[in-house]
Amino acid sequence: MSELTRESPAQGAHPLPAGPYRPRTSVFWWVRRRSYLLFVLRELSCVFVAWFVVYLLLLVAAVHRGNDAYQGFLQWSGQPGMLVLNLVALAFVVLHAITWFNLAPKAMVVRLHGRRLPSRIVAAGHFTAWLVVSALVAWLVVG
Amino acid sequence: MVDHDVVVVGGGGAGLRAAIAIAQTSPRLRVAVVSKVYPMRSHTVSAEGGAAAVIATGDTLDEHAHDTVSGSDWLADQDAVEAFVAEAPRELLALEHWGCPWSRLPDGEVAVRAFGGMRKMRTWFAADKTGFHLLHTLFQTSLKYAQIARYDEWYVTTLLVDEDRVHGVVGIELATGRVEAITGRAVVLCTGGCGRVFPFTTNGNIKTGDGMALAYRAGAPLKDMEFVQYHPTGLPFTGILITEAARAEGGWLINKDGYRYLQDYDLGTPSPTPVLRSMELGPRDRLSQAFVHEQEKGRTVDTPYGPVVYLDLRHLGAAMIDSKLPFVRELCLSYERIDPVHELIPVRPVQHYMMGGVHTDLDGATGLPGLYAAGEVACVSINGANRLGSNSLPELLVFGRRAGIAAAEFAAAHRGRPGPVVRSRVADERRRLEHDLLARRDGRERIAEIRTEMQHTMEGSAGIYREAESIVKGADRLRELRERLGKATVEDTSRVFNTELVAALELEAMLDVSETMLACALRREESRGAHQRTDFPNRDDARYLAHSLVSRNPTGSPRVDHLPVTITRWPPGERVYGR
Amino acid sequence: MPDTITLQVARYRPDADAAPTTQEYVVPLREEWAVLDGLNYIKDRLDGTLSFRWSCRMGICGSCGMTVNGNPVLTCGTFLTDYAPGPIRIEPLANFPVVRDLVVEIEDFLRKLPAVKPWLVREDEQGVDDVEFLQTPAQLAEYQQYSMCINCMLCYAACPVYALEPDFLGPAAIALAQRYNLDSRDQGAHQRLDLLATAQGVWACTYVGECTSACPKGVDPAGAIQRYKLTAATRTLRSVLMPWAAR
Ligand SMILES: Cc1cc2nc3c(=O)[nH]c(=O)nc-3n(C[C@H](O)[C@H](O)[C@H](O)COP(=O)(O)OP(=O)(O)OC[C@H]3O[C@@H](n4cnc5c(N)ncnc54)[C@H](O)[C@@H]3O)c2cc1C
Ligand code: SF4
Ligand code: FES
Repeated sequence: MSELTRESPAQGAHPLPAGPYRPRTSVFWWVRRRSYLLFVLRELSCVFVAWFVVYLLLLVAAVHRGNDAYQGFLQWSGQPGMLVLNLVALAFVVLHAITWFNLAPKAMVVRLHGRRLPSRIVAAGHFTAWLVVSALVAWLVVG
Repeated sequence: MVDHDVVVVGGGGAGLRAAIAIAQTSPRLRVAVVSKVYPMRSHTVSAEGGAAAVIATGDTLDEHAHDTVSGSDWLADQDAVEAFVAEAPRELLALEHWGCPWSRLPDGEVAVRAFGGMRKMRTWFAADKTGFHLLHTLFQTSLKYAQIARYDEWYVTTLLVDEDRVHGVVGIELATGRVEAITGRAVVLCTGGCGRVFPFTTNGNIKTGDGMALAYRAGAPLKDMEFVQYHPTGLPFTGILITEAARAEGGWLINKDGYRYLQDYDLGTPSPTPVLRSMELGPRDRLSQAFVHEQEKGRTVDTPYGPVVYLDLRHLGAAMIDSKLPFVRELCLSYERIDPVHELIPVRPVQHYMMGGVHTDLDGATGLPGLYAAGEVACVSINGANRLGSNSLPELLVFGRRAGIAAAEFAAAHRGRPGPVVRSRVADERRRLEHDLLARRDGRERIAEIRTEMQHTMEGSAGIYREAESIVKGADRLRELRERLGKATVEDTSRVFNTELVAALELEAMLDVSETMLACALRREESRGAHQRTDFPNRDDARYLAHSLVSRNPTGSPRVDHLPVTITRWPPGERVYGR
Repeated sequence: MPDTITLQVARYRPDADAAPTTQEYVVPLREEWAVLDGLNYIKDRLDGTLSFRWSCRMGICGSCGMTVNGNPVLTCGTFLTDYAPGPIRIEPLANFPVVRDLVVEIEDFLRKLPAVKPWLVREDEQGVDDVEFLQTPAQLAEYQQYSMCINCMLCYAACPVYALEPDFLGPAAIALAQRYNLDSRDQGAHQRLDLLATAQGVWACTYVGECTSACPKGVDPAGAIQRYKLTAATRTLRSVLMPWAAR
């Protein structure tokens, strides 16, 4: 962090050099490493999370409009294309959720009797909560 | 040419402490910190064990002073020692107030541990990364002060002297190769030690004695250059230090028969728990010398990297090692691939610290007006013939601060810009670097070859034990090496980050420093502390209770004079450990 | 075990090259040699023109970081035998301008560092008195991990966000800010908030987590960032819901 700028061309036998080389980031940097790929996939997952929101809204709208609309919605959803889309979306949302929960212990420091709880336990807590909520929802829907 | 009020050369513990002291006491002065590496890379970062200062109840300044004086084999100046022990606690508290993560007692007070040669527990520690935390705390605190301008990765090649006063420095900006003067009314040298003149050292690559050579060439004498500290516990091959704290926490030194051999060398009797100033907690000079005798008796273990003994920490257990000595475990695991929790650590004495350095008074002033020095580069002297472990870090702080303040006062009292003489000296230096060194094409030998030979010469002539014949031979060898360096090649002709040019300049400095070390070692015909002459095995207070002061003759050869030691309250006595 | 290994070393001499090239050297393969020892063998015996930084060779000064076979590592703590039979590719740290050969420019970090105020902020800033600020071992443990950073820049080299978004403060700078925020003696957390809780601060991080994997000192900068996100979000929420209680 010198105060100087590189103004004075140094006298002597040697010309002032070209300066630092700035490597350019390649367009495919994210395939170089598993973790980068995972990161890009997770970033991508937000599109699918958004899609699930839209899908849910469409469902609610259909239910609101009455049985016919609801049946139409179900039929539309049953098309192979839609099934594939939703399966892919589900995979991404699960990826999103898992990485999110794995992250939780990083952000939350939980202490018990003055000792920091190990990350595994904090993460496990989140996954358990997720399971419980899912089971509850499943019970509401199915039961 | 860029101008500042005070130029601090060195961004280690001493340099940063000096810069902060100036910024705090004279906020209007413009301070430059010039360092050949980024400050946080300075070798202070590697200090492990701790920093001594009286804080615990039951400890006294007098006891710290007496430990230091007897540890120094009575060669320390007692007025300096008294100032040092008195100011050390405040300095470590200042560090605490700046955020240093000192290890604590359960109630939140700062904890202290035992250390070699100290009769009380008084060594503050931040686990076993004390130097690292100290340096980063100082560096980060220094960022608060806008008036501190940093010149990172600038290599200082010479001091600018005119009319018997120093006017600044000339440096090379490594990133561009530009040679530029950085002028100032006062210069503080904080360039650290010179361990790299030896082949086997705990010192990093940057510790090449540059500041000692800069001062010496500019006419400021060096002091006590024959006193080189060997640390008893270095890892073979790398020379990485296993801190004395490992022994302070209860580690044992054993020979190939599993025997705690220190009991044979008048260092006390073994007991299962550590006893202060006894056995493994004796002073470093005595422990390193004991190793040599064990080797002569055939009780060491031979390895491809020389004979070793063992440091045994196994009985301390994993919990203790992980809380008090985590870095020791980390270093052993990654560099020796052994786990000290279950295995013995092979160790051997390794060059570690330079007691000698640029002669200064209590305010860091050298023999040259405007030039100050502090830290390992300087010799005040509080370390005398042997430094006690954990006294160096507080020394950097106490005398870094003192030198900074004194330099600031000098700068404030002396106005005026450097004149034409200085300007022409800058031009000369530029020519020397750019033409004489960089454009030299006819060289034959590599810098590294000469450096390796110098290192082996110094190991042979200025090792743990010395005698006249090998010192004289070594000095001849150094003269020959200097001639060869004059004809060596600098293969790299680029201006940008030319590390080979730097290596050549560092080697020049190391040759100067080595020469003064041998000159002082030859003149001192006695054995004291870390200077052990087999041809003069006893301490001789009648002739040598004095510092060696070495300056450069007009012919370029070193001249050694003597300077009396300041004795205030502790007349010379026997050094007693373990009894 | 063969007794030599090939090092493929990236070279860049700005006065001669337009872009980096690769040069091969054969060095002895010894059990106790770190990659750095191999480089020093080259510099001392084969080619004095190779430039790289190093000093402590004990993993604490932070100067010897390079990319070895694609991963950012400290070359003094990475051993040749781990890559046998080779060849080993040695390049400068990614995401930084290359000054020369294996030397990169880290000025960007040094400009950002003071911005996060990595020092102890006290409201009662005066001289030193005779007693320490008390801090229990538990309070020390709260920030200790984040105080272990050696500024080696491996985390910046590993971070794709830093590559794409050069304004990002980056893992180490944020971890250091957190180191002081979590220090019981510090009172400056609110001063650091304005910079940390921005788009160049923690919100730039998309949690790749590579910084933590790359860190040789167990600092866990990714954790520091995620923790701070929670703090920042809570603070923002609180200042929206209870504007009177802000700060
Ligand atoms: C492994 C190890 C462990 C240690 N443990 C302890 C301990 O536990 N307790 C203790 O009290 N002491 C310990 N010491 C000793 C202590 O750490 C050192 O004596 C002390 O850190 C030296 O600090 P310094 O500021 O004088 O120099 P350094 O920290 O070495 O800094 C020197 C500075 O000068 C700069 N410089 C040098 N030459 C030039 C030049 N030509 N141009 C520009 N800049 C230059 C460098 O860039 C650097 O910034 C230990 C030493 C070692 C090696
Ligand atoms: S956080 Fe870790 S990887 Fe990043 S600079 Fe600090 S020590 Fe290096
Ligand atoms: S040389 Fe210091 S960290 Fe590797």
